[in-house]
Amino acid sequence: MNIVYCGRVAEIAGTREEEVAPPPAFRTVATLRAWLGRDRPDLLAALCAPSVRAVVNDEVAEAGRALAAGDEIAFLPPVSGG
Amino acid sequence: MIEVRAAPFDPGTELRRFAESGAGAGAIVSFTGIVRAGGEAGEVSALELDHYPRFTARTIQTIADEARSRFELIDLVILHRHGRLAPGEPIVFVAAAAEHRRAAFEVVDYLMDRLKTEAPFWKREHGPDGSRWIEARGSDLADRERWEEGRDGRD
Repeated sequence: MNIVYCGRVAEIAGTREEEVAPPPAFRTVATLRAWLGRDRPDLLAALCAPSVRAVVNDEVAEAGRALAAGDEIAFLPPVSGG
Repeated sequence: MIEVRAAPFDPGTELRRFAESGAGAGAIVSFTGIVRAGGEAGEVSALELDHYPRFTARTIQTIADEARSRFELIDLVILHRHGRLAPGEPIVFVAAAAEHRRAAFEVVDYLMDRLKTEAPFWKREHGPDGSRWIEARGSDLADRERWEEGRDGRD
């Protein structure tokens, strides 16, 4: 699956996009957040912030949303406003 | 027309083009947002806008569709920049054409309040002391709430 980091989350991740294949146990939005940040505490904190929304294939997704190979999951911090 | 683009635009040209296409309109209102030279943390040398192209375009389209169903509107245009902008450059252009002025004024006000609080853009200010991400402002959220059900006496 393709991961897209937006705004300050991209800065923390150090990349805009990455292709990943998480183990089957980590294929929901909530568990994917934990898996992506497993070795990176700063990224884990950013991904798990309540204000950071997950968008799966262009739709805002809840924590329990199941994920499959080929999905695109984006993590969006709050928008900037003015 | 809705467009998110990196290239600069000229608001005068955009307004003329929109006016020429807005047959039947009795009123056209436009708004241009410009990058300010003074940010919350002082002098700004550049403003960088990140977006998530498909989702950003889709969110703006939804906002435009809701404006069309809510107001008596003939046409609208939303033009938004992304990428790196200098102070003084136009960043957003919104225009509405309607039969009467009230709807045209309201649509532009409504679109800007929603774009400010919902359009997926992430802004970073660059200045003499480095760069910082900009957080949404409480005043923008308060402006957005004016349009919620019951607040403007319409719903």
